[in-house]
Amino acid sequence: MTATTPKSGSQEAGQPPPAPQRAKRGRGDRIVTLLMIAPSVIAIAVFVYGFIAWTGYVSVSNWTSFVPDLSFGGLDSYRWMLTDFRYLSGLRNVIVFTIVFVGASLVMGLAIAIALDRSPRLSAVWRTVFLFPLAISFVVTGVVWQWLLNPSAGVNIPLANMGLDELPLWYVSTTIVPGVSWGRVEMVVPVALLAVVIAAVWQLSGFAMAIYLAGLQGVSDDLREAARVDGASELQLYRRVILPMLKPMTITIIIVLGHMALKTFDPIYTMTGPGTGYVTDVPAVYMYESTFRANQFARGAAISISLLVLMLALMGPAIRARRKVEEETAQ
Amino acid sequence: MTSETVDVVRGATPRPSPPTSRSPLQRTLLRVPLYLVLIVFALFVLVPVYLMVVTSLKPPEEALLSQMWQLPTELSIAAWESAFAALQPYLINSFRLAIPATILSAVLGSLNGYVFAKWRFPGSEWVFNGLLFGLFIPYQIVLIPLVVTMQNVGLYNTITGLVLVHAIYGIPITTLIFRNFYARIPQEVLDAGKVDGAGVFQLYRRIALPLSLPGFVVVGIWQFTQIWNEFLWAVTLTSAGQRPVMVALQNISGAQIVEWNVQMAAALQAALPTLIVYVLLGRYFVRGLLAGALKE
Repeated sequence: MTATTPKSGSQEAGQPPPAPQRAKRGRGDRIVTLLMIAPSVIAIAVFVYGFIAWTGYVSVSNWTSFVPDLSFGGLDSYRWMLTDFRYLSGLRNVIVFTIVFVGASLVMGLAIAIALDRSPRLSAVWRTVFLFPLAISFVVTGVVWQWLLNPSAGVNIPLANMGLDELPLWYVSTTIVPGVSWGRVEMVVPVALLAVVIAAVWQLSGFAMAIYLAGLQGVSDDLREAARVDGASELQLYRRVILPMLKPMTITIIIVLGHMALKTFDPIYTMTGPGTGYVTDVPAVYMYESTFRANQFARGAAISISLLVLMLALMGPAIRARRKVEEETAQ
Repeated sequence: MTSETVDVVRGATPRPSPPTSRSPLQRTLLRVPLYLVLIVFALFVLVPVYLMVVTSLKPPEEALLSQMWQLPTELSIAAWESAFAALQPYLINSFRLAIPATILSAVLGSLNGYVFAKWRFPGSEWVFNGLLFGLFIPYQIVLIPLVVTMQNVGLYNTITGLVLVHAIYGIPITTLIFRNFYARIPQEVLDAGKVDGAGVFQLYRRIALPLSLPGFVVVGIWQFTQIWNEFLWAVTLTSAGQRPVMVALQNISGAQIVEWNVQMAAALQAALPTLIVYVLLGRYFVRGLLAGALKE
C-alpha cells in the first residue's frame, strides 16, 4: 500500500501547547490506521459478507437454467432440498464423516504426541514423518489412496495373501451399517465413507499431533514429579493430571479439523465421487455439481446456505467452549 | 499459547525419564510400547510414499496392479518423463499463481496484523473477528457470486483472477498470524519511535517491518503451501490452459488411459514443490500451523 503518511502534528517546530498537538496527532494516526486496514476490510466485506448475502438471494430466486433469472421464487429450493434423497444422504455422510474423522484424528494424534513427548530417539525424524502429509494436497492424497483402497489391488493384495476370504470393498462398498431406514435415507454409517476417513486421517492427523505435543510440552516436569511422588502410576498421571490439562488443545483440534471436515470437497471429489447410491456424497460436492454441471443455481445456493448454517450450528458451541476455557486459564 | 511452547515443538527438550527405581532392562522393556506406537503409525504414514516412489520408477511393463507392492527389477525414468511432459505447463501456472498470491496476502496480513496488535481503535476487536469469520465459511457459499463477478470483470479463467481470489480469501489467516506475531513485539520498541514523532505508517516501515522477516517466512510458507494445494477455486474458476497443477493432476488420475506409474510420478511431481519447502523450512511450517490454530 502506498499510503501517504501525513506528518504528525508533533513535528511542527516547537509549538506549544502540547494538548492540541496530541489530539491532532491522534486523529492523523487514526486515519492512517484505518487506511492501512481499509483494502482488506473492504475486500472481506464484499467477497465474504456481500457474497453470502448474494448467495442467499440466489437461493430464493428462480435461477434454474444457464440463463440467470433472479426473480423471486420463494423457498422452493429449500423445500426441494429437504426432500431430496441425494441431499439428505450427503448430509448424513458429512456428519458421520466429521465425527469419525475428528474422533480418529484425536486418538491417533494423542497417541503419537504422548509417544513423542516421552523423548524417543530421533524425535525430530519422527516428527518430520508424522507432519509431512500436512504439506501435501488432498488431490495427491486422493490419487494415491484411490489405488491403495482399490478393492482389486492395494492393501487387499497382502490381505488376500494372508488368506482373508472376504476382502473389504472399501470405497466401492454400498453397505450402510446398521442400515435402519429414516424416511428414505438409510442410516447411519456408509462403509465406503470409512475409506475416505482413512485418507483424511492420513492427511490431517499430524495436525492433532502437533497441537497435543505443544500442550504436553507445556506440562511442567515439576507437576509430573509431584504426581509421581504422590504415588500416581504413569497411567494415572496421564488420566488424572495430564489429559484434563489438554482440554483446550482438544477443543482447538475439534474446531480446526471439524470445520475442515464439514467443508470437505477435495477428498470426495478426487477419490470417490458421489458413489453408488450417494454413499460418499457430501453437500459441498452436490452444491458444485448442481450449480456448475446442472445449472441449478438456486438449488446450489440453497445447499451452500445450509452448509453455512450447519457450520455455525456445530462450530458455534465449540468456539464458545474455547472462549470459556481461555477465560478460565486467564484467571 | 506462548512462543515458548511453539519453540518446544521444534526442538523437544528431553524429559527426565520417569521412576529411577527400575533396572535398565525394565526401562528398555517399558519403552517397547512407545516405539510400537511410533512404528505402526509411521508405517501408515509412509506406505503411500513407498507406493508413489516405487511405482513411479517402474518401467511400463512392471507397472501392473497385481505387482503393486514389488520393487522394480530395473529403474526407469520413463514415467517421470511422460508425467513431466504432461504437467509442465500447469506447474508453471501454479508458480505464477502461488508466488504473487502469497506475497499479496502476506503484505495485506502484515498491515492488518500490525494495526490489530498495536493500534487498536474502538471496535477493532469487532472488525478483527469480522475478518476471522472468513476462515470458517464453506467456500461454496461464495462460489456463485465469485464466478459471476470474475466473468463480469473479465478475470474468469485467468491466473490473475485466481491470484486475486487467493489473496482476498487468504486475508483472515495471514491477519491472524501477523497479529499474533506483532503482539510479541514489546510496546516500548514502538514507543521509542513515537518520541521521534513518527506516525503509524512510519513506525510500521521503520520498526515493525524490519522485525517482520520471521513472520513473513511463516506466513509465506503457509500461504504458498495452501495456495499450491488448493483445488476448489482452481477447478471452478479456470479451464484448459489456465489450470493450476492440482486440477491437471486430477484430470490425469481420472483418465483411464494414463498408466498407473505415470499417475504416481505425476502425483509426486505435483507434491514436490511443497514437500521441498516443508523439508527445508519445516519448523516455520509448523509454526504457521500452530500460529493459525492457537490464539495468543
